[in-house]
Amino acid sequence: MRNLKKVLILGSGALKIGEAGEFDYSGSQAIKALKEEGIKTVLANPNIATIQTSKFLADTIYFLPINDFFVEKIIKKEKPDGILLSFGGQTALNCGITLYKKSILEKYNVQILGTPIKAIIFTEDRAEFTNQLKKISIPTPKSEAAKTLSQAVNIARKIGYPIMVRSGFALGGQGSGIAKNEKELIVIAEHAFAFAPQILIEQYLHHYKEIEYEVVRDSDDNCITVCNMENMDPLGIHTGESIVVAPSQTLNNFEYQTLRDASIKIVRNLGIVGECNVQFALNPNPKKGQIEYYVIEVNARLSRSSALASKATGYPLAYVAAKLALGKNLINIKNKVTQKTQACFEPALDYVVVKIPRWDIEKFKGADEKIGSSMKSVGEVMGIGRTFEEAYQKAIRMLDLDFEGATSNVLLKNETTIRDNLKIPTPKRMFAIAKALKENFSTQTIYKLTGINPWFIERVKNIVDEERSTKKDLQALTPQKLLRLKQLGFSDKHIGKLVHEKGLKVRALRKKYKILPSVFQIDTLAGEFEAKTNYLYLTYNGNHHDVEPLRKDGILVLGSGAYRIGSSVEFDWTSVQTALALKKHNRKSIIINCNPETVSTDYDVSDRLYFEELTFERIADIYDFEKPYGAIISVGGQTPNNRAQSLKQYGAIILGTDPMDIEKAEDRNKFSKLLDKLNILQPAWNKFSTLKSAFSFCKEVGYPVLIRPSFVLSGTLMRICHNEQDLRYFLKKATYVSKEYPITVSKFIEDAKEIELDAIAQKGEIITSVISEHVEDAGVHSGDASIVLPPQKIYVETQKQIEEIARKLAIELKITGPFNIQFLAKNNKVQVIEVNLRSSRTYPFISKVTGVDFIKVAVDSFFGENKRTIKIPQINFVAAKVAQFSFARLTGADPILHVEMASTGEVACFGEDIEEAFLKGQLAVGEKIPQKGIFLSLGAEENKINFLENAKKLATIGIPIYATEKTSLFLIKNGIKAKRLYKIHEKKSPNILECFQKEKIDLAINIVDSHVRKITDDDYAIRRSAVDHNISLFTNIQKAELFIKAVTSKKLEDLPIKSWNEYV
Amino acid sequence: MNGRLILEDGSVFKGISFGSEENVAGEVVFATGMTGYEESLTDPSYKGQILIFTYPLIGNYGVPSKEYWESDRIQTTGIIVSTYNPTPSHFKSQQTLSDWLKKEKIPGLEIKDTRVLTQKIRTKGTMLGKIIFKKNIKLYDPNRENLLTYVSIQKIVKKGSGKKTILLIDCGAKGSIARCLIKRGVRVIIVPWDFDPFNSKLHLPGEQSRHLEGVRQLDGIVISNGPGDPKMAEKTIQTIKIALGKKIPTLGICLGHQLLSLAAGGDTRKLKFGHRSQNQPCILVGSPRCFITTQNHSFEVFKIPPGFKTWFVNANDGSNEGIIHKKLPFMSVQFHPEANPGPQDTEWVFDAFLKRI
Repeated sequence: MRNLKKVLILGSGALKIGEAGEFDYSGSQAIKALKEEGIKTVLANPNIATIQTSKFLADTIYFLPINDFFVEKIIKKEKPDGILLSFGGQTALNCGITLYKKSILEKYNVQILGTPIKAIIFTEDRAEFTNQLKKISIPTPKSEAAKTLSQAVNIARKIGYPIMVRSGFALGGQGSGIAKNEKELIVIAEHAFAFAPQILIEQYLHHYKEIEYEVVRDSDDNCITVCNMENMDPLGIHTGESIVVAPSQTLNNFEYQTLRDASIKIVRNLGIVGECNVQFALNPNPKKGQIEYYVIEVNARLSRSSALASKATGYPLAYVAAKLALGKNLINIKNKVTQKTQACFEPALDYVVVKIPRWDIEKFKGADEKIGSSMKSVGEVMGIGRTFEEAYQKAIRMLDLDFEGATSNVLLKNETTIRDNLKIPTPKRMFAIAKALKENFSTQTIYKLTGINPWFIERVKNIVDEERSTKKDLQALTPQKLLRLKQLGFSDKHIGKLVHEKGLKVRALRKKYKILPSVFQIDTLAGEFEAKTNYLYLTYNGNHHDVEPLRKDGILVLGSGAYRIGSSVEFDWTSVQTALALKKHNRKSIIINCNPETVSTDYDVSDRLYFEELTFERIADIYDFEKPYGAIISVGGQTPNNRAQSLKQYGAIILGTDPMDIEKAEDRNKFSKLLDKLNILQPAWNKFSTLKSAFSFCKEVGYPVLIRPSFVLSGTLMRICHNEQDLRYFLKKATYVSKEYPITVSKFIEDAKEIELDAIAQKGEIITSVISEHVEDAGVHSGDASIVLPPQKIYVETQKQIEEIARKLAIELKITGPFNIQFLAKNNKVQVIEVNLRSSRTYPFISKVTGVDFIKVAVDSFFGENKRTIKIPQINFVAAKVAQFSFARLTGADPILHVEMASTGEVACFGEDIEEAFLKGQLAVGEKIPQKGIFLSLGAEENKINFLENAKKLATIGIPIYATEKTSLFLIKNGIKAKRLYKIHEKKSPNILECFQKEKIDLAINIVDSHVRKITDDDYAIRRSAVDHNISLFTNIQKAELFIKAVTSKKLEDLPIKSWNEYV
Repeated sequence: MNGRLILEDGSVFKGISFGSEENVAGEVVFATGMTGYEESLTDPSYKGQILIFTYPLIGNYGVPSKEYWESDRIQTTGIIVSTYNPTPSHFKSQQTLSDWLKKEKIPGLEIKDTRVLTQKIRTKGTMLGKIIFKKNIKLYDPNRENLLTYVSIQKIVKKGSGKKTILLIDCGAKGSIARCLIKRGVRVIIVPWDFDPFNSKLHLPGEQSRHLEGVRQLDGIVISNGPGDPKMAEKTIQTIKIALGKKIPTLGICLGHQLLSLAAGGDTRKLKFGHRSQNQPCILVGSPRCFITTQNHSFEVFKIPPGFKTWFVNANDGSNEGIIHKKLPFMSVQFHPEANPGPQDTEWVFDAFLKRI
């Protein structure tokens, strides 16, 4: 290995379904590993919310798109000696392969570190890979690659249905699926070919077990398996969508070792240096009584599973992989957990972990609930326990969806039976199992319907039986019975429900009986060596503590929990920054979090890490044990913020704003009165328990109105209704109104700008604040909106009003710590939408753009140590934060921007002006500069007129413009050449769908007439087909306008390549 | 039924019985492997020991038929688990672990905090202990007697076929050692621990006499694993001394490694709590290679015999894991190249040995 001075690391960009927080974790570890060796690190990653893009990690950071065009420019400028491709998911890997194939790396003499690129290319090409495995006698399922639809059909006929379709070069199994017949195959294959040039048609292994191994190998050929994992769901459900258990539970030694040996054989054969994941299908009932298995996938890079394995075992896979990529030998890398042993060993666990994905499918209008071979989940949690039941029930609560445990009663759709719910995999299936058991389905029946191994069903049955045998009386709870319930992972609240008492009563009884959880370490060696680790979990299957409490030295920092729509890596950044900031105040950070894809759950980030639930019960348990100085609840998003009241009532000390004042901001009635008192404007609103009163209110304030029901039958929670008919339809279809379930109706202000203020106050006095502006008008959720800093279009007068309102609110709510206010502004009239007395999703963005670390200031404010106000430095550039959507993965979901959040991640890029920053941002989330054709569909006359200038600009690009009938007539009338296309449902040629399929279009703009609700939603069909054909889609007029301005005024070649250091 | 585990230091742990309700005493040890309880339970090296599994869920895949065991019965004196699993799921399962224990009259206790037991043994060292139900019994130190008499075979047995003949001295051999040799195309003659292969005057009746002929044509010797203190096996040490004098290729495994060392002039001592796991890293001395091994031993070789050099060393604690003669075909390893349970990464040791024959 040559002497490395500078290494480029490719990140994974915005969080998306299939590629999420796990790569912030792996990238951060890689950077740490390189820095320890004195190597300068250059990081390319536009995801501003990540921890890896922080100054304390990489030396130089580029917030630029991860593609060969931009990365080549970075290489040209930075001249790194080496490059790491395997720490940024599929995005980084694909980019690396392109760089290699275009000989760019060779040209600039950049060495690929770790696994040789040829091996990577090999594992990505399924056909070649299968052949290679055949050569070393490792079985793979019967399969053949297809490059065309007809090829696919022929191969499937040969292999026989059902078959599995897999696509190469895709993240999270995008475009994969199981086809039972030719018709299904054609649908899946067509979709897959839109994203990949080649697909694999494979023998489908019905109800096989799915087992994974995480393997590391060094350049001296030392090769170990760090962890194995067993999917509770059978093969056919993507491992990212499966409930996963580590270590495997139903494998005997022979199976365990056979698969282990096969993994090692593959890894050696491929010449992997670093980390590799191998996935197997294992027949649970082989015909000849001998082992029968197939290799189904190999990932020659860090993956979602490797992040999970790291957290499951305490073995820092990414850190070790980075060291190995530098040519180190496993023996020479220290085991950081024990501090005594080294990295060449295989962790022994004395606990079991259960990972459960978090889905938000119901948040997407129209999305198909079914889960399968491609990913739909947006996050995950990991429960740790010493029984499966304990870990499983913990994980269910960690989802933060108000499920108390395995037996939670989840609304199953009326028209479906338990059988359907068992047979068709959905996020609800885990609850259907318990329900079926309650209705006396046999284990075998459930196994046949689900393919879930009876072992797991028996464990759920154990929970159901224990629940059944609980008498409905608190007095009847003997210490033995209560302990048994706790050992099986029942929460106090759940037990409370069983005995018709409050959870707190159960808690009191439990404490009286001295039934308390034990604090155990995760030490990688099952207690064989004394470990210095601070990586902890709680269990009732023990009766001692491995550690002593930190007492007043410690401060609890509540993390964000599962990533989900609306709460993601940004709150991991705020949690990590908080832990780091506490050092200055000589306090020890105690992080509680339960999300294995985070950096905050990396044990070297905090002084103590509890990989635990963020439920009141568990936080209180930890509080009771640690007896800390206090708890910080305002940096992990809404989940910890929701615990403010209960913790305060329990007697915990909450740092920052008093929970009583938090409530004033969160209770709509109280807050509304408070605004009135302070003469602050707000949109008219009220709560109604009858339809009649709601309608008369709407008439009074005038349409459109924003509706928030408190009971939802299906689909979205919030909706803008433009007229009475619209409202009636929505209320009938999506909700019902009663005293128990009132609806909140507020006046919706059209054409208003949305503006946000983020600030830190100390005892009611604002220390620092920053205003950022939304590109989209109000009506697009702030999490989906494009946000610009510094603001470009805000009047000075508006700004003054905003600052004054913030000042008043800070005093009134006696704020100490972070807060965020969202405003509507129209004609210099400013109204408040909401206030959050916690750090907002924009904290990493505003901190990294302004250079002021908002978290540090917030932590200082908790200790009253901000002596003076902090002025935001002059910003001589523009930064734009752009949302990443994952609609392509959510079959059927309507990809339109509206009041409810739908994005899964974000990026932010910098530029000299807004167009440059925004264009880079759009490219970073995968949009393309149109080169083939543009499709326009503009509903309503008003939209057409407003769009005309933009259409003229588009015409200057010189590529064909296609449009729907009315839009094309309008364009032609105004002198713009446009080709008319028939709507999809018209089934006439030239048709929109046909043009999409023939790849004639790479930009689609669909602006709807919001006042009209149509019988045939052809707009939906357009949007969905655009997304399904991987075409850039814009549905918001302001956003489209800015994009058009950017692509017509900027040339890709001219975009400056500047690092973050050069801006801030 | 509740039972108790009482340790030498007086500490008492209550547990729930899932095995046979026998009162037993022995040495208390822990093992950290996550699979392979049936192989461990039938490993004769556990003779006289009460075994604690640190992995908390035991019984998940039931018990397979005898051919998959390491010997024909459960060898541990008793077992301790955190949670016993009564509903196994595996196509090879013939009975539950509980049924098996009951059939073989071995007690098993569920004690939730197996971690505290492990930590106790780790810090204080291996302890004597007993599992008690109704009646109290005395402590018993298995290392004070020669356990090989309990675990070694009584008669000579021939297994496999091939041009070469390997004498396997059974000090409590795991079945996998013979299986690993047979797989490599050699004839294996298994003899009791105290059998003297060099006694030319010995006559045995019937089939045994045919096996004896085989013994006289031996090409190499493998000394097996086994329980207890190696210094108790004086007769085996004597046999090895003769073999070394005759320059017969010899491979020692586990206890066999200790016996070879003693026979060649090295020395052994007891470890604080031994190595019982499937993840012990062993460095091949003089190379950058490290192997993950299965281990189950209380004693270590601390004095390398003259003429030998260190072959393997433990990467965690630096203890000796193998020796090899500088010139002659004598070698031994502390770990288990035959695996079962555990990784099969060092099966090549058998090849390395057979190459020297």
